[in-house]
Amino acid sequence: MGLFVNITLDGLANGMIFAALALALVLIFRATRIVNFAQGAMGMITTFIASSLLGRGVAYWWAFLAVLAIGFVLGALVERVLIRPLQGKSELNPVIVTIGLLVVLEGVAGTIYGNSSRGFPAAYSQSGLTVGHTKIAFSHFDVFILVSVLVLMIATLVLFRATSLGLRMRASAFSGEISRLLGVRVGLLLTLGWALAGVAGSLAGLLVAPTSSFSPYFMDLVLVYAFTAAVIGGLESPVGALIGGLITGLSISYVGGYLGSGLQPLGALVLLMVALMARPEGIFARPPARRV
Amino acid sequence: MSYGAIEALRSVTLTARPGAITAILGANGAGKTTLLRTISGLVKPRAGTVRFSGHELLGRAVEDIARQGVAHVPEGRGVIAELTVEENLRLATLWSMGRRERQGAIEATFELFPRLSGFRRRHASTLSGGERQMLVIGRALISRPRLLLLDEPSLGLAPLVTAQLMVLLRDQTEGTDMTVVLVEQNARSALSVSQHAVVLNLGEVVVSDDAATIAADSGLRHHYLGF
Repeated sequence: MGLFVNITLDGLANGMIFAALALALVLIFRATRIVNFAQGAMGMITTFIASSLLGRGVAYWWAFLAVLAIGFVLGALVERVLIRPLQGKSELNPVIVTIGLLVVLEGVAGTIYGNSSRGFPAAYSQSGLTVGHTKIAFSHFDVFILVSVLVLMIATLVLFRATSLGLRMRASAFSGEISRLLGVRVGLLLTLGWALAGVAGSLAGLLVAPTSSFSPYFMDLVLVYAFTAAVIGGLESPVGALIGGLITGLSISYVGGYLGSGLQPLGALVLLMVALMARPEGIFARPPARRV
Repeated sequence: MSYGAIEALRSVTLTARPGAITAILGANGAGKTTLLRTISGLVKPRAGTVRFSGHELLGRAVEDIARQGVAHVPEGRGVIAELTVEENLRLATLWSMGRRERQGAIEATFELFPRLSGFRRRHASTLSGGERQMLVIGRALISRPRLLLLDEPSLGLAPLVTAQLMVLLRDQTEGTDMTVVLVEQNARSALSVSQHAVVLNLGEVVVSDDAATIAADSGLRHHYLGF
């Protein structure tokens, strides 16, 4: 029983991180139909920047905020410089470019910081909380993961559902041409979508780094899990990203806990296949709208 | 602004008066849709000029042209199906109105189309063809455009709905300074509400005259308008 509870708690915390990165993938996919394979690497590079800042004695929370801001700028830059010029050509081109960016970012990080793994500090203690007299596999830092990703999710939902900026962003994603005819600056909003995805990716990096071997490749597997989560959630819905993240996190946690951690990536693959066979459009995807 | 003068396509020159409806007629492929898409900036022509109330529109971004007061209702009912009816309307007011003015404009649109007011929070994808057409026309009118471009609003609509739409269009135009350019294959119903009409064929103007004169010319009707 204790094992089950601990595995579940671990899965919950990991699931929230996958949800954050899945949200980044969703923000970009719904607006531009591009799967950003560099999303994890972008989070990796911003986390290395955080590591540098911390190494120079910058206080943790300042570094944290600075890196979210850097993620914002990096996302916007990638869209403007690499993705925008490819608009109107084959849909595959920007996807290939994101794969190229992934390779470049990992190469750059390897050159600057080395390829061996190092440590990254957590915002809060990583030793398990004590409930009654039992120590559980859920730390203060896990609570922080839970809260920060929930804040990110709620902020995203409020933005999309309750603000006119969010209305513009949704309209631009659904129908760029009509939105432009209504005076909406669609290009600017697409850039903003990539920038917000950059923030979500940076947050994911900061949350993963303390619990993994922090190297230029530490986000690769996380991206695979986040991609699984995003597909389960339908690739278009922030709520879907959250639920998909939790399903993925719990599933691979059970696989790791009961079958062995080496099987976790395989577990994600099986989950992805089952999800695609059972509901190809994703759990939270709306049926395609009838266009008349 | 006293009038909107438009030049596009292969030396297509036409003048549309404010407070009046100018019909652009002609068969498929005559260049009617291209004409509208050129004016609103969706199509960039290789040469020529598009001038609207003294400003050159050519080369400007679609959204900037919209903000000049040009409302283009494209062919095939451009509702954003994934947004609600009210969100579709609100979207068109965001650049031009404050919060209070916006709410008033939305209510006024629902008064104009009472049928839509029951569907405020429904996704536009659930509307019928006629309701979608009401929504896009309401959405175009809500921003109080100076130039309204309508591309085949009668397409796929029942004759009665088309007739109601045309009357509404005339009522909304008369006595205002809005210039309406109405592209139609349904020449008969377009001529019934227009003051002026232009017949296009293969990208060139065949005739440009009073709507009543064109409607009375049986040879022209037979040749180009199919009735």
